[in-house]
Amino acid sequence: MANEVCFRTLHLPNPGSLETYRSIGGYETLKRIVTEKVKATEIINQVKISGLRGRGGAGFPTGLKWSFMPRYYDGTKYLVCNTDEGEPGTFKDRDIIRYNPHQLIEGMAIAAYTLGARVGYNYIHGEIWEDYVFFERALDEARAAGFLGENLFGTNFSFDLYAHHGYGAYICGEETALIESIEGKKGQPRFKPPFPASFGVYGKPTNVNNTESYASIPFILQHGGQAFQDLGVANSGGTKIFAVSGHVEKPGNYEVNMGIPFPELLSLAGGIWKGRQLKAVIPGGPSTAVMPAASIMGATMDYDGLSKAGSSLGAGSVIIMDDSTCMVQTLKRLSYFFFEESCGQCTPCREGTGWLYRVVKRIVDGEGRMEDLDLLTDVSSNISGRTICALGDAAATPVLSFIKHFRPEFEYYIQHGRSMVTGK
Amino acid sequence: MLKIEIDGQAVEVEHGSTIIDAADKIGVAIPRFCYHKKLSVAANCRMCLVQVEKFNKPLPACATPVSEGMKIFTRSKSAIEAQKSVMEFLLINHPLDCPICDQGGECELQDIAVGYGSVKSRYTEEKRVVLNKNIGPLVSTDMTRCIQCTRCVRFLKEIGGMMELGLVGRGEHAEITAYVDKSVESELSGNIIDLCPVGALTSKPFRYSARSWELTRRPSIAAHDALGSQIEVQVKNNRVMRVLPREKESINECWISDRDRFSYEGLNSTERLTVPMIKQNGEWKEADWKSALEYVANRLKVVAEKDGNDIGFLVAPTSTMEEGYLTKKLARGLKSGNVDHRLRRGDFRLDGHFQGTPWMGCNIPDLQEMDRVLVIGSNLRNEHPLLAHRLRHAVKMNAAEVSIVSSLDDDPLMPVAFKEICSPDGMINELLQILKAMSSLQRLSLCLPPSLNKLLEGIEVSANADAIAHSLAGLGKDYDLVSPRSGVFLGNMAQHHPRYSELYSLAEAIASLCGATFGVFSESANRVGLDLARALPSAGALNARTMLEQPRKAYMLVNVEPEFDCRNGKQAADAMAQADFVVALTPFKSFALNDADVMLPVAPFTETSGTFMSMEGRVQSFAAAVKPLGECRPGWKVLRVLGNLLGLEGFDFDSSEAVKNEIFGGEKPSKVVWNKLNNNLRHLVEVDVKATSTALRRIGEIPLYQSDAIVRRSLPLQKAGQSSVGMAAMNSALMQKLGLQEGDLVRVKQDAEAVKLPVRLDDRVYDNCVRVPVCAETARLGDLYGEISVEKAS
Repeated sequence: MANEVCFRTLHLPNPGSLETYRSIGGYETLKRIVTEKVKATEIINQVKISGLRGRGGAGFPTGLKWSFMPRYYDGTKYLVCNTDEGEPGTFKDRDIIRYNPHQLIEGMAIAAYTLGARVGYNYIHGEIWEDYVFFERALDEARAAGFLGENLFGTNFSFDLYAHHGYGAYICGEETALIESIEGKKGQPRFKPPFPASFGVYGKPTNVNNTESYASIPFILQHGGQAFQDLGVANSGGTKIFAVSGHVEKPGNYEVNMGIPFPELLSLAGGIWKGRQLKAVIPGGPSTAVMPAASIMGATMDYDGLSKAGSSLGAGSVIIMDDSTCMVQTLKRLSYFFFEESCGQCTPCREGTGWLYRVVKRIVDGEGRMEDLDLLTDVSSNISGRTICALGDAAATPVLSFIKHFRPEFEYYIQHGRSMVTGK
Repeated sequence: MLKIEIDGQAVEVEHGSTIIDAADKIGVAIPRFCYHKKLSVAANCRMCLVQVEKFNKPLPACATPVSEGMKIFTRSKSAIEAQKSVMEFLLINHPLDCPICDQGGECELQDIAVGYGSVKSRYTEEKRVVLNKNIGPLVSTDMTRCIQCTRCVRFLKEIGGMMELGLVGRGEHAEITAYVDKSVESELSGNIIDLCPVGALTSKPFRYSARSWELTRRPSIAAHDALGSQIEVQVKNNRVMRVLPREKESINECWISDRDRFSYEGLNSTERLTVPMIKQNGEWKEADWKSALEYVANRLKVVAEKDGNDIGFLVAPTSTMEEGYLTKKLARGLKSGNVDHRLRRGDFRLDGHFQGTPWMGCNIPDLQEMDRVLVIGSNLRNEHPLLAHRLRHAVKMNAAEVSIVSSLDDDPLMPVAFKEICSPDGMINELLQILKAMSSLQRLSLCLPPSLNKLLEGIEVSANADAIAHSLAGLGKDYDLVSPRSGVFLGNMAQHHPRYSELYSLAEAIASLCGATFGVFSESANRVGLDLARALPSAGALNARTMLEQPRKAYMLVNVEPEFDCRNGKQAADAMAQADFVVALTPFKSFALNDADVMLPVAPFTETSGTFMSMEGRVQSFAAAVKPLGECRPGWKVLRVLGNLLGLEGFDFDSSEAVKNEIFGGEKPSKVVWNKLNNNLRHLVEVDVKATSTALRRIGEIPLYQSDAIVRRSLPLQKAGQSSVGMAAMNSALMQKLGLQEGDLVRVKQDAEAVKLPVRLDDRVYDNCVRVPVCAETARLGDLYGEISVEKAS
């Protein structure tokens, strides 16, 4: 049941090559759509039926997003793929562009056909150079084979796709900051509205999706939206790549059906390492709330399942922590990340992330005060919902959830000046 | 219109308004830092968060467009909570060094903190420190105080035309900075001081000298360009401490140029003349007013008794209408017709041909509504910094097409549709080409006089000239307009052009063929006013140029420094040296007045009442902001007493208002202005297409901070102005031809006067032209646009 959509070439030799991709019917769907002039509304309808939701973390229904793009527009429309995965514990998209790049290219070409985009960019995270090089190679192959460029398949449909290597800023994964960065400006989010669908790259209508979302498109249009939906559960169609990291025997990417019970995913990853006990899980990347073992073990891995259990699916970056983990020290690391990656544009995030980090650091340094816990909660709440983009909320979430679920550990740390777990 | 409700108050606002627009309209105060009505919306400070019905998160009022039926709560629990939390975030890293901060007392952060801040800080961690930046002699930085609102960044990019500041670094490390090792060079840079809501950017000349609450605020009018910007002179202990803009949307909006803002430093210069001085046996001696005035009256009387026309009266175009009018009246009383204020003008052939007083031809805001503009001979940013901004606005916001004909390719910091950079003589030819293209385009050649039509026959129209004509007529670069709002304007450099008459005639003809507004961006604060007050030669009398070419026995100089303010510095200096008697009414002691016999200390614009008339014909009177320094007297009073002493009639004025009344004949000034302003010529002046000479030609530009005596004495401005130092700038072709290299010392020679100047490479200068700006080192050279020779100094 694994690796059915984005990783469907993974079991074959040389999985990232054009040859391999074509051997499983790659680019046939694009060719059919373009040469048979399938209607855009029909494609969007299939995507809607598929239940595909944005795989970058926000989970916005992809079909609905596509329908926001203006159909009639006098000028260039753009397509952007967001491969800027920079959150700790997130490493799924890099494997798509490395092991199945052509499916992404085909997915983007289909999207371009559907949305009338002439030019596309794939914005690749700055810290993954090798995968970027692989993707450039795949683009060359696709161009040479006539799947990208002018008048594809002898029709008047043309689509150029370029890879853009970023510089490693987490904020550039925010779609409007990513657009600014593509334009050559400092990556910082724009105020919305207007949304990219009306004012995107160079002020033109632009559709931005995650790598995994685009890579799911060829499957959806090859087998029908319903087939994709049937792989998953209600409200969460299809498969999902979970990037499992942390204290497991076999960390890695697992493409499984949506709605898989967490224990099953955990056993796929070989279970907790060294025979230890599960303590907590961050199910969707650090911007999602941490869950204590008890609540995650009963949860299913899909949008609704995790939401009900008090967290969210995010980008599916599952960080497993065993019972040797000090939650205070972990929070310090996470807070540092958001402090370091805040773009500094708007006040609550610029000032607040530094405040949070410094207070948590002070606790770890043994100089915490009991009132710090309320202060942290309060400052986090003051950041939440008051910033231009979601980075502010992302920075607040771990602080709020860590203190909520592991308050005694924090109190112990403050009282004793050392960790309850490690004793150091 | 949309009906919405703010704090229970119903209000109707236009489509596209934001919440903050609507709230401002009905006077509901929403705190804000990054928002500024003249700048793009950044929504980054988050101070203006308000609660909106049906939204679970607070929304920024500055960036949220209103929609029908929206209910907004600016003082609800959730709104106040959001605002207070943002205030807390803004303050945690702010140094709170108000007692030593120059912004104290006029600080937006301080003011809003009173309403939204907490008494005690919850922040006990270390505060951020940001290194200060040196961005030049005008703006001082204390970057630790910065709250990253980016108003300064947006101002320089959007209004100034060049992004000279930016926010670099992420998160807490984000800081406002200029380019590496660069200062902010915008001629509008001082406005970022006003815009900065905290004490991060303050005025370098003003800082630490006074507290805002100690200052008395006096309205006045800016005195260094013809815009008529409204300013507020702030005064402490009878000293001008600083100058700020007064908001006047139709003139200066809420900005002023750095020249108008920092020129006041010149008022407090040590060179101020504070007592009358008489030269005796070659030595300056202080005198009392009575004996000085009697001495002057006697000397003038002696000359006038023989022939009044032996006296020349030169009035600086920065003088008030009252000063100009009384000088003229004095001259007429002494039977002299030789009065002029057009000191840098070289071509007076149009005198007698004007139907009225030449002016801008439209109002200032009209400029930014224009679709097609042709600017002839203007270094816009130097001459009229805020007009350049208006045009920039037209180009950026309204997709206007601006074309330029000039000898200098200086960047106006806006996209220029078409430009023709040519020699000064070439400009005539270029205008002829545009005229020819326009006349065939409009099929209106019959409207031109036969002589001109004949002349046009021999003219070959270049593609560029054709494009400019097309653009003006409506057939644009990107899109066409059936009835464009077009304008054709002459700048200062055109007015200084040795063949101004031809430029004027041709420009007028081009404008009338395409129905464009035609006007003159006149120089100095009061050129139009002095023209209207008729500080001009009477028929047949000598003008500013001939008065010096044919030296007089006596001169009266009103606010004039001959070498700096006249077209031909050498000639002016020589004329003064040979004269029997020179009296200078001047606020400054000046080496340029060494050949004078009497210096009478008169008040600069901040110390006298008076009237300026802007280039758009706006008559603006002002009162003195401070008492005259020392024994200085207002110029109009000095002239009045001189009139009395000379026994002339009609000099019994008891106020400057009375003088003004007489100028306007007791009528409403606006009515007189309406009648008198007129750019039309009675008939076209003959144009001849002379063969262009092969000699090197000087381009005697007046640098931004050399425009008048006050500006020249403002030290901060002198430090800021790159071009205030002597140089001979030329393009690479000419450098190669002359075998010169950047930095070489050359002997620059004009009319037997030579100076040594360093060579600068400047490819913005046209072939065979040398840009030698007017400054202390070059003041004694000759004609601003005369022939010049350049040779390597040994």
